[in-house]
Amino acid sequence: MLRIERPVCSGYATEAQTIMIGDIPLSVLVASVLAASVPLIIIALGEMITEKSGVINLSLDGAVLFSAMVAFVVAKESDSLIVGFLAGGCAGMVTGLIVGYFSIYLHLSQVAVGFALSLLCRDLAYFLGNPYSRVQGPTLISSKLPFHDMLPDFLQKITTQPLTVPFALGLIVLLVWFFKSSRAGLQVRSVGENPAAAFARGLNPNRIQMLTVLAGSFLVGIGGAAYSLSLKPGWGRPQGAEGIGWIALALVIFGSWQPSRVALGALLFAFLQVSGIGLQSLFPTIPSQVFQTAPFPLMIFTLIIMHYSTSKTRKHGEKDSGLHKWLGILFMSRAPKSLGKSYRQE
Amino acid sequence: MKQLIQDIFVAVSLVFGFTSLVLLIADAPVLDAFKNIWLGSFASTMKFSQVLTVWVPLVLCSCGLLFTFRANLWNIGIEGQIIMGAIGGMAVLRMPGLENPALILSLSFVAAILGGGAWGLLAGLLKTRGGVHEIFGGLGLNFVAQGFILWLIFGPWKRPGIASMSGTELLPLKLWLSSPPGWRVAYAGLAIAITALILTWLFLYKSKLGLKLKAIGKNPRAAVLYDISPEGYYLLSIIIGGAFAGMAGFMQITAVYHRLIPAISSGYGYLALLLVMLAGYRIVPIPFLALFFAGLNVGSIQLPIVLQVDSTLSGVIQGCCVLSALFVLGMRQRRKQS
Repeated sequence: MLRIERPVCSGYATEAQTIMIGDIPLSVLVASVLAASVPLIIIALGEMITEKSGVINLSLDGAVLFSAMVAFVVAKESDSLIVGFLAGGCAGMVTGLIVGYFSIYLHLSQVAVGFALSLLCRDLAYFLGNPYSRVQGPTLISSKLPFHDMLPDFLQKITTQPLTVPFALGLIVLLVWFFKSSRAGLQVRSVGENPAAAFARGLNPNRIQMLTVLAGSFLVGIGGAAYSLSLKPGWGRPQGAEGIGWIALALVIFGSWQPSRVALGALLFAFLQVSGIGLQSLFPTIPSQVFQTAPFPLMIFTLIIMHYSTSKTRKHGEKDSGLHKWLGILFMSRAPKSLGKSYRQE
Repeated sequence: MKQLIQDIFVAVSLVFGFTSLVLLIADAPVLDAFKNIWLGSFASTMKFSQVLTVWVPLVLCSCGLLFTFRANLWNIGIEGQIIMGAIGGMAVLRMPGLENPALILSLSFVAAILGGGAWGLLAGLLKTRGGVHEIFGGLGLNFVAQGFILWLIFGPWKRPGIASMSGTELLPLKLWLSSPPGWRVAYAGLAIAITALILTWLFLYKSKLGLKLKAIGKNPRAAVLYDISPEGYYLLSIIIGGAFAGMAGFMQITAVYHRLIPAISSGYGYLALLLVMLAGYRIVPIPFLALFFAGLNVGSIQLPIVLQVDSTLSGVIQGCCVLSALFVLGMRQRRKQS
């Protein structure tokens, strides 16, 4: 089901450092966590945008693989990374188009459509990508900051990253602003909370939903491309992005539909993945596959902790004091009110 | 009636159209691909018996899913339930001291049911007590089961000398379920699958249990007014679903692979989810559609050798079938409204 064959921290110098975590130097650890989290941040934020408008795109896991495959194949054939990334985005958008059309205009179950599409996209990716398995292709390499030489050694290691890293960080800021302060962001939120009221205020909920789904799934495609063109370069079976779509879906809940918290969750997951590699050498008797699988259930089961630590807050509102108040602030998760429901527009 | 035929025609042409398009993109001969799938699945008794070995676990999983769908639960944890069923069954088969093969196999069957059922119960408890939607709880448990089976195969149950992805040691011949001479499918497998179909039909359509599950599935809040506890029935339905999945896991180890391999579920759980959706959550089409899906799976095995295309073509066709059916359904609802 999932196997991560290539270590996430490859490509970074592993010379001795002053601070070590296990047998990984701290700067390398931070750099690898940042790099490993980037595609996931982009994918999870894409899904978050989609869900903000009230639509769940459950096809994420297949969509990520499909767009990763398309991005790699197109980048290889055109020998251009930008074209590859855009193609990946468009591939993601196609899945969004299908989910959007089926759920918004045909009023079918979003879960059913998403799940079927997820399996279809996965198999389609393996089928069409087969000739490109284990083929060398273009890869986005890490680039240095313009003032690289002025930084201390520690920061030099952390800031030497592919361009996807600043893109993801910029995206977080952009989305925080978009949903907090922009008019369009408010419209998307209002449709996700109460489409009928939004309609009464003169908005066109179906169109807003469709546009949001397309934008969100475009980002999902970019995230998929970030796997096959940067983090785990190349295509194969397994690619290494298997299961990531499901984690992104869980992260949206974990992050309570807020961009910064979703990104934080992605960093947490990447940390689990990277530290799994470090732990492997500490416990040589446990097969490495267990460490590669472990972050997935761990991430999902954090949802249980969230449920229990916020049960008081949910019952009594946010008036509580002390520990429960803080747990509530930390772990409270509130979905858009009409998430998953289809709205029949007059 | 005329409308129905027209709908089916639209859906079938969508599937053929899309699949042909995909084959054209992959630069593969379209007609040859369809012909080879047919030749590889239904053209000989040997192939057909192979199709039946896939049909058995598919039918078992679908029966379980009918129960959970009836209560409006998405039992995505079914893959993990198959794995835990297989592990439970295998634990008994590896037990030293027992001599009588029939006894060992029966005990193993029970253990597989318990393994799958327990894993289902966990997913149910995560939903009712842990506040985790069954899709995510099930997924998490799938990952755990996957990690567990890998640990067993590479750790305590590894083959003497070498631990590898090819799985544990082969079972002794006396613990293989017997099959008709020249056939691949086991007598017991067919019998169990057909019994499962009949039992599922009886329980879901002819008993109070089925009615209550339906009531909860349609409206859990209203069901409470009739003294039906949603929590209890959620758990019951997902335990039953897990038990059926566990049986499928038992079949995989005793009748198909004769050992434990990392991919013991073969993805049949997810495939059964598609199958039940395509069947419109009804039992009558399931045995026939399961035969169709199993035929696609078996028929596409030889595609890489004959046509140099990947065997995941079957998955593309299956997924496309479901989406086309959903599309036609959506269109029909739309017509009804206008």
